[in-house]
Amino acid sequence: MIQDLVIYVAYIGYAVSVLLVFGTILTWVERKQAAIMSDRIGANRAYVRIPFTQVKLVWLGLFHGLADGLKMLLKEDFKPNSYDSFAYAIAPWVVFTPVLLVFAVIPFGGTLNPGTLFHAVPVVSDWFGDRTYPLQIASLDAGLLVVFAFGGLTIIGAMLAGWSSSNKFSLLGALRAGSQLISYELVMGLTVLGLIVIYGTVDLGAIARQQSGVLLGFLPAWGIFLQPFAAILFLTAAIAENKRIPFDLPEAESELIAGYYTEYSAMKMGLFMFAEFIEIAIIGALFTTLFLGGYNLPFMTDAGFVLPGGYQIALSHWLVVLLQLIVFLVKVLVVCSFQILVRWSLPRFRYDQLLRFAWKFMFPLALANLTVTAVVVWALQA
Amino acid sequence: MSWWERAYLFEIVRGLSITGGVFVKNMFRWMTFRKGALTTYYPEETRADYAPRNRGKHVLTQRPDGSPQCIACNMCATVCPAKVIEIEAGFNPDDVAHPKYPVRFEIDYSRCIFCGLCVEACPEDAIRMVKEVPNLPTYDRSNMWLSLDELLNWNPQSDVAKPYPPAPRRQSH
Repeated sequence: MIQDLVIYVAYIGYAVSVLLVFGTILTWVERKQAAIMSDRIGANRAYVRIPFTQVKLVWLGLFHGLADGLKMLLKEDFKPNSYDSFAYAIAPWVVFTPVLLVFAVIPFGGTLNPGTLFHAVPVVSDWFGDRTYPLQIASLDAGLLVVFAFGGLTIIGAMLAGWSSSNKFSLLGALRAGSQLISYELVMGLTVLGLIVIYGTVDLGAIARQQSGVLLGFLPAWGIFLQPFAAILFLTAAIAENKRIPFDLPEAESELIAGYYTEYSAMKMGLFMFAEFIEIAIIGALFTTLFLGGYNLPFMTDAGFVLPGGYQIALSHWLVVLLQLIVFLVKVLVVCSFQILVRWSLPRFRYDQLLRFAWKFMFPLALANLTVTAVVVWALQA
Repeated sequence: MSWWERAYLFEIVRGLSITGGVFVKNMFRWMTFRKGALTTYYPEETRADYAPRNRGKHVLTQRPDGSPQCIACNMCATVCPAKVIEIEAGFNPDDVAHPKYPVRFEIDYSRCIFCGLCVEACPEDAIRMVKEVPNLPTYDRSNMWLSLDELLNWNPQSDVAKPYPPAPRRQSH
């Protein structure tokens, strides 16, 4: 239907712009947060001068992202004398594209009813009729599996970049990236398995809907209260997946220059960086959806607030949709900020410690978590 | 390591709460329109709290009439290990007590090592060091020479060595 097309084009536009804005803003957030954490002021030099005037807009250093982007675009696009220049050329895209695609299955709001939304304009509301759309680009039954499938693709990109660069540092970085990502992917999958046992579905929209309830009368039924242990393990594994400090062994500057993207320059290198920053947002969105109740506020439904004492506050559909979108973005931003806090607080692992941490510490813990969850769920159902 | 430290998670939480606490504290200061950083918006703002013992800049002391106390004996330029002081002597027959005076007294701050040997060597207490620093950042090395005018702008209101306030400087040289 043409109505579906309009709605989903709008969704895709929203998702892409949110991700790109997050990718740009997070470079600024990272700089500023690191500065404030260490009693500094942070990036504040880049400015845009209004033409023909002496008015310089600094805006707390927001334009540093712009300056970075310009630098990446204008630099020489260096190509190493590689035996596989095709793989060299596509590797950044293999890293970048899946990161964008993951967002397709993440619900960023409740249910949209365009007919109610535009009831003031009869032409539009009649055209949409009583169709409703979940605020999610692709409400797939296999949502979580899609996330892991696309997440696994980034390994290929990193390996391709390392292999095709004709550089020993790149190769070492790619090998490290491969073993690290595979190890932590496993831990990540196992921790999420506990949630799947509880929710009984891998559809992210259904998971988010199930978290709108209330536990024990007052606690919001968020995943972090059902599976606190899995939340910690998941976030750790996700940061390791993203190859950021303290897990940045594949690109450890002091050892490998820049790891698997040593030989990349200009916008190809920029794509790797951009993919990393967007992945911070993606991890934030995933963690929000799985553990922080997604777009749900406590006691909030699609009709309005239902407080424990039996009070109800009805909200218009506009307000509910806006509130859900904003709540989701704020939660994502908080998780992103926490990841940046981790990145600027903890020192890097040694490589043997990294793998030992994955296989001897997190893997058994994830298994134990899964076992306990399964036993409890079985006991409750029996 | 004790088992508490080996469990890793607790120590990480402790570390994160320290850095997060600093972040929240500073962020609160910024959001209430106060400054939440120890650093300054250099060069628009320079820090005012240089230690009183800091020796960042040379000054030439003045006689009560405002003329430099320097007698252009070149001892500071001789002792200077970095060879940054350049003095050009002049002769003033009217001043019987101090006929020799500096026409040009310049210090190259791009090479000065701030050792203070010039102050030690001076027989007339004519050169001293103060805690302020000159405004050094510049696009050209030649701007880092400080001349007699800038070195003579030190006017303390009380100094044990000399009676103050000084008379206005002569305009003859």
